[in-house]
Amino acid sequence: MATIDDYVSRIEGTCGAEKDVIVVFKYEKKDEAIANILKKAQIKNKIAGIIFELTFQDTSFRLYSSGKAIFRSIKNRQELNNLLASLLL
Amino acid sequence: MDVQALRKDFPILKRQVNNNPLIYFDNAATTQKPRQVINAISNFYENSNANVHRAVHTLSLEATDLYENSRQKISEFIKAKDWSEVVFVRGTTEAINLVAYSWGLNNLGKGDEVLVSLMEHHSNIVPWEITAKQKGFTIKYAKVNADGKLDYDDFENQFSIKTKIACLSQVSNVTGITNDVKRITKAAHDNGSLMLVDGAQSVPHMAVDVQDLGMDFLAFSGHKMLGPTGIGVLYGKKEVLQKMQPFQGGGEMIKEVEYKQGKGCSLSWNELPWKFEAGTPNISGAIGLAEAVRYLQAIGMDNVLNHEKELTKYAVEGMQQCSKVIIHGSSDLSNNCGIISFSVKGLSSHDVALICDNYGIMIRSGYHCAQPLHQEVLKLQSSDRASFYIYNTKEEIDRFVEVLKEIGQL
Repeated sequence: MATIDDYVSRIEGTCGAEKDVIVVFKYEKKDEAIANILKKAQIKNKIAGIIFELTFQDTSFRLYSSGKAIFRSIKNRQELNNLLASLLL
Repeated sequence: MDVQALRKDFPILKRQVNNNPLIYFDNAATTQKPRQVINAISNFYENSNANVHRAVHTLSLEATDLYENSRQKISEFIKAKDWSEVVFVRGTTEAINLVAYSWGLNNLGKGDEVLVSLMEHHSNIVPWEITAKQKGFTIKYAKVNADGKLDYDDFENQFSIKTKIACLSQVSNVTGITNDVKRITKAAHDNGSLMLVDGAQSVPHMAVDVQDLGMDFLAFSGHKMLGPTGIGVLYGKKEVLQKMQPFQGGGEMIKEVEYKQGKGCSLSWNELPWKFEAGTPNISGAIGLAEAVRYLQAIGMDNVLNHEKELTKYAVEGMQQCSKVIIHGSSDLSNNCGIISFSVKGLSSHDVALICDNYGIMIRSGYHCAQPLHQEVLKLQSSDRASFYIYNTKEEIDRFVEVLKEIGQL
């Protein structure tokens, strides 16, 4: 059974006061991860085909075609994991 | 300076990132390595690898020669009076920690003051904060003006009989502003204080003459000047280093460990600089750094600085055409050393960096390890930073500005 670890290479808190979280998808799975996310999340804006502004379960985030996503206002790791599981699996 | 020719020395510059040619603008964090440095390290491991000092076999003597000749080369590069004033460390951070622990713990106490500026990298703040909590001395922070320039009057006015050491970066890693460390060193010495200069962002980019500037300590990193990671230098005046206790104990830093029954061991320290180099050093790192120095010297440090200043001016002019871009720091670029911090209205610094990454442009986002400067002076949550080096070109900046214009339309 697939898990988010199959898709996620690293999760990093960002430096700075914003406390954003960056999710880096595994290179070989990034296209699949992006496709899964785009199927489930609502696209608010799409820029040059490489940046997607999305919402999912009242959470806004940006997804990049390079295989990274930046999440804001995430309370804790569990909330992020739940969100990623819903988006990816 | 033939930038196109020297770019050929950097294998990594040929690669693509996210289907775009790599544009590497994160040089204040670390620089790319020319083939000459990579080859010097490989050559050591392929032909001369052995531990240095204290062996009589041929390979060890060769390795020792290479290691110590590297020290000599680096001491000449910064114009130290004597090669024994160059201590190899892991990098700038370890160099400053060495001073804070080895000198600070033995010379600072209640009632003493350490003077730093608000523009310092965390590496020039945290070691002093940690040791202050152990020894009870006070750290005073000199002001920085809203444009990122050091408030020289405030720095100089804060010297007192209590000040034992002043610590200042020669170039800010956020704004690229160059500080007049010669002036502050004179003020420190006039007040009976020692002077430590963080040269992480200056030594790679300009000629630094420690005898002319007069500081007691200079810390810098190899990896920010084309050398490998894990090697750096603490320069210290011989008379100051001689009075200091070792930083770490172990092999190489010790002269004698004489066991006396019932009394344990009596210890005597090795000579400078080995007194501060416990354990097997980073031999290949030192050799790589010396090769990086040779590479930079062949270009000429004045040429390096002029190239970066030209790129900075060109980039600022381009970025000013982007309506949503805000450049932080002084508009006077005469003292800027190849670093531009900026924000894009309406976007977090990390968004900007990720968008640039999509186009193959590597820039940094966040505090750049200078939270006090961001929060207290620039009043920012974070910023983006583009930083240039010898292999960057105006064409790369043109592409960067194009991308910033696109970002501005988001």
